[in-house]
Amino acid sequence: MTLQPMIALSDVSKSFTLHNQGGAVIPVMAGAALKVRPGECVALVGASGAGKSTLMRMIQGNYLADGGRIVVGSVDVARADPREIIALRREVLGHVSQFLRVVPRVPTLDVVAEPLITLGAAPDAAHARARTLLARLNIPENLWSLSPTTFSGGEQQRVNIARGFVHDYPALLLDEPTASLDPTNREEVLTLIEEAKARGAAILGIFHDADARARVCDREVDVGRFTPIAP
Amino acid sequence: MTPLLDVRNITKSYGARLGCKDVNFTLWPGEVMGVVGESGSGKSTLLGCLAGQLAPDAGEVIFDTRAEGPRDTLLMAEAERRMLARTDWAFVHQNARDGLRMGVSAGGNVGERLMAVGARNYGDIRTRAADWLDRVDIAADRMDDRPGTFSGGMQQRLQIARNLVTGPRLVFMDEPTGGLDVSVQARLLDLMRGLVRQMGLSAVIVTHDLAVVRLLADRLMVMKDGHVVESGLTDQVLDDPQHGYTQLLVSSVLQV
Repeated sequence: MTLQPMIALSDVSKSFTLHNQGGAVIPVMAGAALKVRPGECVALVGASGAGKSTLMRMIQGNYLADGGRIVVGSVDVARADPREIIALRREVLGHVSQFLRVVPRVPTLDVVAEPLITLGAAPDAAHARARTLLARLNIPENLWSLSPTTFSGGEQQRVNIARGFVHDYPALLLDEPTASLDPTNREEVLTLIEEAKARGAAILGIFHDADARARVCDREVDVGRFTPIAP
Repeated sequence: MTPLLDVRNITKSYGARLGCKDVNFTLWPGEVMGVVGESGSGKSTLLGCLAGQLAPDAGEVIFDTRAEGPRDTLLMAEAERRMLARTDWAFVHQNARDGLRMGVSAGGNVGERLMAVGARNYGDIRTRAADWLDRVDIAADRMDDRPGTFSGGMQQRLQIARNLVTGPRLVFMDEPTGGLDVSVQARLLDLMRGLVRQMGLSAVIVTHDLAVVRLLADRLMVMKDGHVVESGLTDQVLDDPQHGYTQLLVSSVLQV
């Protein structure tokens, strides 16, 4: 039996119009299509600038697609209202970016627990789950009550990962989840990804780490195929 | 589900000068909407029209009332609208002095709002006021001090306590972090985010600070010369702005 895809893109296109630079239009993507099924991990590959991040951002609703369909679960992100995308991100579509963006002075434990509390989890249960993840990712316990804004790059990355895995999202976008991690933490993150796959999460990621990609990814999609042909 | 607020074609002029024109949006329960634009873009005029402080020339402001469902607040009698402003709405001013009674103690400022909606038991009012001062991090021993003896950040937190004690459903905020030190701003932002989530509040926040809306608002509306030039999901509008003015606004922010 073939499972219905959790993430399905068809004919997605994107261009940027720079109004303050003479209205230059830069086409960056055309005819993008891919599918990710539950339990599957798909890697986006392609040269730097090919549009891997742009595609991930469009799936998240962070960039507007010009055309095509971007279906995640039951929502077409390319056409959805902001509130539908907000609900999708809250419940269905998790995201681990390379950058940590948080309100200054909020303790790390609260930063990690927040997605669960927003979903209506009891604060105690949410904090317990956050503690488990922070411990697994080797963030020293004496840092949990501090804001992650003062942490090192690697520590911020791991806080971001803990936050992205705190809820069992049915779909996950991972942008370089193992970048700037030492071997121990890299191993822990790869295990988290394997666990997420085992529980049926559909994962789409960018992994520059070829060994990591070979270990957790089932397929690769070359984004270079979606680069528009110059007229 | 019914939108909490449904705003249609709000237009307001000051003589020949345009305040805002044909503004439309819907705000859903629990949603926070940011309105950004430079001085004179019409964002404060819009907020005034929504909150019943200014009379628009045209348009509808349909609010989902507890008793009777969606009703155009512009067609309500003044007394009815004022009652709504006390029970269901809150307005947080940029200058705390505009939202506080400076001659009354901190506890009195919070208690007064409770009395305005019918609370009469002194002990009960004082208990609830103390609870709210605690929630906004104002020490219990400052309860009987006047707000004039408070710092700017404390005054702003007191204003928030005074506004939220009656359990409103919709909060209007006009530059709530304006004029505060950045460290004080961060604390206030965290407080507001927590309260919005715990109380399931909806809010309309007018500001010129893009960092504030990124952290607080789900959705964003960009205004220029009285018109809405762009709207959408906050991070999408800031990271992939479509309109030339928004692109200019976003690219003009100083990086730290």
